[in-house]
Amino acid sequence: MNDVNVLMVGVGGHGVILASDGMSEIGMNNGYDVKKTDSLGMAQRGGSVVSHVRWGKHVFSPMIKKGEVDYLLGFEQLEAARWASYLKPNGVAIVADVVVIPISAIDGKIPYPDWKEVKGILAQYTDQIYLIPATRIAEEVENPRAVNMAMLGFLSAFLELEPQAWTETMRHRLPAKFMESSIEAFTKGASEAKSMIPAKGN
Amino acid sequence: MKQLLSGNEAIALGAYHAGVAVATAYPGTPSTEILQSIARLDGVYAEWAINEKVALEIGIGAAYAGVRALVSMKHVGLNVAADPLFAASTTGIVGGLVIVSCDDPGEHSSQGEQDNRHFAKFAKVPMLEPTDSQEAYELMEWAFNISEQFDTPVLVRSTTRISHCKTVVDVNRDRKADLNEPSFTRSPAKFVMVPSNARIRRQAMEERIIKLRSYVDDFPLNEMLLADRKLGVISNGVAYQYALEVFRDASHLKLVTIHPIPEQLIRRFANEVEKLIVVEELDPYIEDEIRRLGIPVMGKEFVPIIGELNPEILENAAIEAGILPTPSDPAPHQTPPSPQLPTRRPQLCAGCPHVGTEFVLRKLGFLTPSSTKGLKKGEFIVTSDIGCYTLGVYPPLSALDTCACMGASIGQALGLEKAGVPNKAVAVLGDSTFMHSGITGLIDIVYSQGNTTVIILDNSTTAMTGQQGQPGTGVSVTGTQAQPVKLEKLAEGIGIKDVNVVDAFNLREIENTLKRSIENDEPSVIISRGVCILSSKTRGTPFVIDEDECIGCFDCLDIGCPAITISDEQACIDPALCVGAACGVCAQVCPQEAIVEGRG
Repeated sequence: MNDVNVLMVGVGGHGVILASDGMSEIGMNNGYDVKKTDSLGMAQRGGSVVSHVRWGKHVFSPMIKKGEVDYLLGFEQLEAARWASYLKPNGVAIVADVVVIPISAIDGKIPYPDWKEVKGILAQYTDQIYLIPATRIAEEVENPRAVNMAMLGFLSAFLELEPQAWTETMRHRLPAKFMESSIEAFTKGASEAKSMIPAKGN
Repeated sequence: MKQLLSGNEAIALGAYHAGVAVATAYPGTPSTEILQSIARLDGVYAEWAINEKVALEIGIGAAYAGVRALVSMKHVGLNVAADPLFAASTTGIVGGLVIVSCDDPGEHSSQGEQDNRHFAKFAKVPMLEPTDSQEAYELMEWAFNISEQFDTPVLVRSTTRISHCKTVVDVNRDRKADLNEPSFTRSPAKFVMVPSNARIRRQAMEERIIKLRSYVDDFPLNEMLLADRKLGVISNGVAYQYALEVFRDASHLKLVTIHPIPEQLIRRFANEVEKLIVVEELDPYIEDEIRRLGIPVMGKEFVPIIGELNPEILENAAIEAGILPTPSDPAPHQTPPSPQLPTRRPQLCAGCPHVGTEFVLRKLGFLTPSSTKGLKKGEFIVTSDIGCYTLGVYPPLSALDTCACMGASIGQALGLEKAGVPNKAVAVLGDSTFMHSGITGLIDIVYSQGNTTVIILDNSTTAMTGQQGQPGTGVSVTGTQAQPVKLEKLAEGIGIKDVNVVDAFNLREIENTLKRSIENDEPSVIISRGVCILSSKTRGTPFVIDEDECIGCFDCLDIGCPAITISDEQACIDPALCVGAACGVCAQVCPQEAIVEGRG
């Protein structure tokens, strides 16, 4: 049973909290000790959302130390760049192709960084950087809110739990209306990962 | 059964299983979910009270009736409820009374930071504090039992990282079966605090603390973990988890009884270790208590007194103080410089009914750049309050001059006026905040013959904490509907003659009414009415910008709507966010009438 530290970052309304809740419950249902904490404060009004999820044999602090994040899930590109320094050396950065330009980048002096810049910031900490076509996957499953499920699917390919362990909890938790599209997005995310992650030993 | 529960959910479930019969609260981050969780369970009377003072008074009444009562609030809420807290400490209770105070170190969603552990000592009541959700769940039964055994209200303190952190809870009990029947037994010596009775109760309060001092020494949740004796760490709350993570080899003492502290247990622990440190968030509360025992201890010399802790802050502080060794292997990679990235401030929603009024306040009241000293003739001061609308302090609205505490906008405006400031002051507050503690200020304006203009932003909800009901809507926490309290009738009833109701999305109407109210020689109330877009189902066809008509003046950006952005030097509207004619404020700001309804 490996310790897993995941930092999920994004903006309000993009399902970060739902994803981190889901991942926490999946961990608990599969025998991990789990802690998760969100920093949102007034984020439901358009600010940053940060969620720490920790699986392990015994988890003490709900917050992950800077430099100890195994997987950084960026639900939005600027937020992924903002939290890059939390990655452990050669941790994995998984970033959705989602851009939300804040008001400060419209009227301010610091422009919104393009993907090349975001990737450059992440590359200071790791060379395992994946830009995920999460928006396309959400469109394919006809559920615009399924971006978070595609992200979880991609992450699942790196972790020791089998896909069924993930989808079983989802089947208990998700509302019937979004169940199939969400699980489809999860599966597509996972197979996207299989095609993007370089095979071991190559 | 194992469940993943937030601290707040665990507090609610723990209280429920402890047989709580009455639960009251006023919403406030990070405490809100306690009442929301309990309201979903059968057999408990749950209500949003008008404010924390009334919430606690209801709890006291229920406790006098012999049943168990739970009252929850955020840290600053206990300031509002301090009067009944001290009163209940004096009278004691019959049924158990537990008050949960959720502190917000780091001010994630608060106007100030304060350490409410001091309240326990100040009011002479016991305080317990959990270190995770499991303990929060278990602690509630203990809290009610202590309350009844020692005839005292009990404070349970939580913090944002306990309340909002989810951890695994082994739910190992059911709801207590043998609940007390509500009844009231007359006992003036206990309940009627005339001085002669209060003096007798005062004795009882001191005797109670002496008994509690010996009780907490054997309290099973205070836990001593003896490992390496070179370093002993005493900690509480979430700081205990950080201490376990950072000082892995050390001996630890976890304190759950915050007031009184377990003196003998601390002495025993101190004797076991060579060096004693305290790791606690905010004030040196435990540290001062230990010093009082004459035990040498280190704490705030290295642990920050301001804001939240986390493992890295604690580790760095301990290395700097020489408590932990400096890492021998150099960092695996040089820490790169922090990149310059645009900030992401919270802002009012697309379609928010507060935007129009704040835009007009900015336009009429702030004629000069805010950096200049002194106000010009004709400008006015905008005293504001606690709620979503406080976000109007940020650019581009930049429409507020003050924000202090619930309801303060009205008294502040009156004070500025009575001090003789030549510029007019306008008070702005939300409907829920007005109900909470604005009413008394408004009555004061009538009584003291003030000339103040008070704007009530009536979005028919308590928006910032997640759309709770309040007396203005009459919707209860369980969804039942009472007769709503009408703001305009209330204002008229206390003697305000100039009462106006305006459409929150009609800029001209707001502007004309505000100009008239400021100029007249009597107190005015303007109710700017528009339903919160998060609770309203009404959505119009998103607006679009007619690029042929647009002259690129970007006036539309001045309302700070998150739906309006710039793409290739052209203002444009995000159809996913825009609510169209349900708002329509941007179309009224555009000098070219270039913002029109889309084709749907």
